[in-house]
Amino acid sequence: MTVTEERAGQEVGKARLRKEDARLITGRTTWTDNMVLPGMLHVAVLRSPVAHARITSIDASAAKDAPGVVAVFTGQDLKDEQGSIPCAWPVTPDMVNPGHPSIAVDQVNHVGEAVAVVVARSKAAAADALELVDIDYDLLPPVLDMEEAVKEGADLVHGHTQSNTSFHFVFDGGEAGTAGDTDQAFADADVVVSRRFVQQRLIPAFMEPRSVVVQPQGDNFTLWSATQIPHILRVMGAMVTGIPEHKLRVVAPDVGGGFGGKLQVTPEEILCLLIARRLRKPVKWTESRSESLMSGHHGRDQIQYIDIAADREGHIKGLRCRILSDMGAYLRLVTPGIPILGAFMYVGIYKFPAYRFECDGIFTTKTPTDAYRGAGRPEATFAVERIMDELAVELGMDPIELRRKNWIKADEFPFTTAAGLAYDSGDYDAATAEAMRLFGYDELRAEQQRRRESNDPVQLGIGVSTFTEMCGLAPSRVLGSLSYGAGGWEHAAIRMLPTGKVEVVTGSSAHGQGHETAWSQLVADRLGVPFEDIEVLHGDTSISPRGMDTYGSRSLTVGGSAVVKAADKVVEKARRIAAHLLEANEDDLEFTAGKFAVRGTPGSEVSIQEIALATFAAHNYPEGIEPSIDAEMTFDPENFSFPHGTHLCAAEVDTETGRVTIRKYACVDDVGTIVNPLIVEGQVHGGLAQGIAQALYEEAVYDADGNLTTGTFVDYLVPSAADLPHFDTGNTVHTAPGNPIGAKGVGEAGTIASTPAVVNSVLDAVRHLGVSDIRMPMTPERVWRAVHQGGDGEGRGTAGTVAYGGAQTETTAGVATDASSLGGDR
Amino acid sequence: MTQISVRVDGVTYTDDVEPRTLLVHYLREQVGKVGTVVGCDTSNCGACTVHLDGEAVKSCTVFAVQADGSEVTTIEGIAAPDGALHPMQKAFHEMHGLQCGFCTPGMIMAAIDLVGDNPDPSEDEVREGIEGNLCRCTGYQNIVRAVQQAAAEMRGAGVQATPETAGAQA
Repeated sequence: MTVTEERAGQEVGKARLRKEDARLITGRTTWTDNMVLPGMLHVAVLRSPVAHARITSIDASAAKDAPGVVAVFTGQDLKDEQGSIPCAWPVTPDMVNPGHPSIAVDQVNHVGEAVAVVVARSKAAAADALELVDIDYDLLPPVLDMEEAVKEGADLVHGHTQSNTSFHFVFDGGEAGTAGDTDQAFADADVVVSRRFVQQRLIPAFMEPRSVVVQPQGDNFTLWSATQIPHILRVMGAMVTGIPEHKLRVVAPDVGGGFGGKLQVTPEEILCLLIARRLRKPVKWTESRSESLMSGHHGRDQIQYIDIAADREGHIKGLRCRILSDMGAYLRLVTPGIPILGAFMYVGIYKFPAYRFECDGIFTTKTPTDAYRGAGRPEATFAVERIMDELAVELGMDPIELRRKNWIKADEFPFTTAAGLAYDSGDYDAATAEAMRLFGYDELRAEQQRRRESNDPVQLGIGVSTFTEMCGLAPSRVLGSLSYGAGGWEHAAIRMLPTGKVEVVTGSSAHGQGHETAWSQLVADRLGVPFEDIEVLHGDTSISPRGMDTYGSRSLTVGGSAVVKAADKVVEKARRIAAHLLEANEDDLEFTAGKFAVRGTPGSEVSIQEIALATFAAHNYPEGIEPSIDAEMTFDPENFSFPHGTHLCAAEVDTETGRVTIRKYACVDDVGTIVNPLIVEGQVHGGLAQGIAQALYEEAVYDADGNLTTGTFVDYLVPSAADLPHFDTGNTVHTAPGNPIGAKGVGEAGTIASTPAVVNSVLDAVRHLGVSDIRMPMTPERVWRAVHQGGDGEGRGTAGTVAYGGAQTETTAGVATDASSLGGDR
Repeated sequence: MTQISVRVDGVTYTDDVEPRTLLVHYLREQVGKVGTVVGCDTSNCGACTVHLDGEAVKSCTVFAVQADGSEVTTIEGIAAPDGALHPMQKAFHEMHGLQCGFCTPGMIMAAIDLVGDNPDPSEDEVREGIEGNLCRCTGYQNIVRAVQQAAAEMRGAGVQATPETAGAQA
């Protein structure tokens, strides 16, 4: 691929190699922890070793006297200035937010909570001195099991609250006018299937540990952080600490992954600001992996009670979801909003006539939860894709046939669902047909049959997941209607430099997604300038002053749209100057391949890069306009975008050892317009890895005392290359009508879709052995137990600490049997 | 403090270190080789992988004093003096074998060692060979492609998968 081959209008859709790679593959990176400033001090955080206790005394005198130590701070020292970690999403008017100190003052509520901070001349000296801080704790009972925590008389996490319930959120399609009456639908149904699913607690486990550097300069502060959200962090950091917003600059340099885990205003960021303000010295904090796993926010952790109603022919009649969502000990930035992001997605791609969702947010003495790749939508997709399989079993129908009978047809878009969302475009039949072709569906079904008949100890199962998600977060007015504390727009600016080079400023803050490459492609097409002439600037509030940052598969659909519209403004401003220079009427100019030309007058043309120079000189431009063709744009989407896809997994299950091996994984995703197929494919791969990891490997486990027993990478099983299969991926393209690019978002698709596909495949392999559910992650131990002892394989932690239980089936409406006719219940 | 002399990326450094200092901390904090990073505390992630006398090691598992008299190569020392990329670096770029890039230095150093031991690894052999290095972004598929392409180039077979192939999906 050479530069000379490229012409304007061809960048979008091209598998451009990434601009970002040059520094990353050579080690010339700017991770926050690389930063060294003159006089910089090092911060180490002492963390609570107990889940729930009153702090009765802290003696930091020995630590203060330790070699190299400059200062030690406790909650008592900082209580008057630390405020609370903000929660931007009060999901109900009466939501209980107990407040979230950055450092515990008189009570700790989860293992890993900060209790003292040592500041020293070296990182090693700070770490050494932590051991000299002496704290006495008066233990309180841990609160670990959500189903116990909501019972009358349960021990309370926060003694000053009435209960462990933070909020009760209800969306009822009947009341909202988006669907029929749910109770009636269930009363009238031939078949009701009910299940209890457990979304285990996960840890985002970005590879770059979090790191913070703060430099005070007079009244000004610069905060570098390994964050996804420099802009939100600036606003919130200012509000929490009282540092005026215009005196606080936030920089996200190279950031090593986030997956929602760095979508946060962290206690450590606030503490570093407070300490730098106190000491008037630059400070740095970098976490260890074990600190990261126990104090960075976690994800998922829901118990889902799902009921589906249908007739005997497989026409779905209603869906009822009751969710317990573990908040952990505190509400962080969007903690309560995560299950609510899922509230509107439980209906999936199906035409449910009735839908009701309710969710309780529950406090426990665990690390707070918050966004993790997909954020509420994987949970929703899992529930509906699992219950559809259970319904198919109940009805004796093929799972794909049942889905096909109920999903929205291609000619029905735009389609408003029972949850009230207007799905924009797609073709579920086409994606499914292509996925089945890629997968080799019929051959695998035939092999499954052979293995079953020969009683092969290694059984084969096939699982399907047909998903959609709401991306492009988010229309600001919709966020407002959901009581979210901010908007969902994105900002961009384009600066045309005198030499014709282009600076693109974006509020989207990348941390591995390849924005610099993709945004360059967008602008190259729009302005007709070479890809190489474009520089994308982001992640520094003094360079990119406005933004809503990167999460929720929003960057291309919202941030990219802002870039495209800013480029269009540049063209329009340049058109006036071009007309002046060419002595022509604006209406007679056409703009193609970066050049304005007078229609029908060959040879009279001027390029936009030449106009940039002419505008810089400003010797000759029209009266009454500014000598600039730079432009800014804030794009606020009017609707979400709805990527969809069909994912198929074939799993081999060794019934003698419980080992699950993914034999084949194929998926076809419709993410709308594909700007860069290389990046899209990479996003799908990475998403699949995380979704498969939820199904098979990862779980944050707490013991009966509330200790995180998966606090290192020895115990928290992020999969290696040897643990994952080859993926066969493909795409269909139905463009999103809601943004000028036509993109729908891809960052979360693989994660959302893959988990139920894998679980469904494993269950399909062993269902004939009497197994109807296996808890995630489906470890060999759990699979073996489910096959040989019945039940769902049980929790990995101590009984009573991890949500525990099996499936229930109601074979007829209103008649419950606690042991499923499908077998395998406890 | 103990004095050590280590040749890092072709330059000899003589420094005093605490006996407990890990090689990775010595490289990052005293030599300034911040291209090599720390990803965990338990030698699981491999982000800190460097070559010690030609063998891949996790530099969080080696004391700096153990490297005394040795030759260390980091991600910053594998390109040619004129800046031409090592075939493994080039392949990671061309096969989109990285996203956030944090695991990449260690992954590349481990992969070079793997190909040194096995010049023509199968997909499974690559997956097994780099299982000590964790990546959270890529799902590994493009890393496997990259390692196989680099292996081909390194053994002179000149097999050139094009980025269009990688982007063609499936």
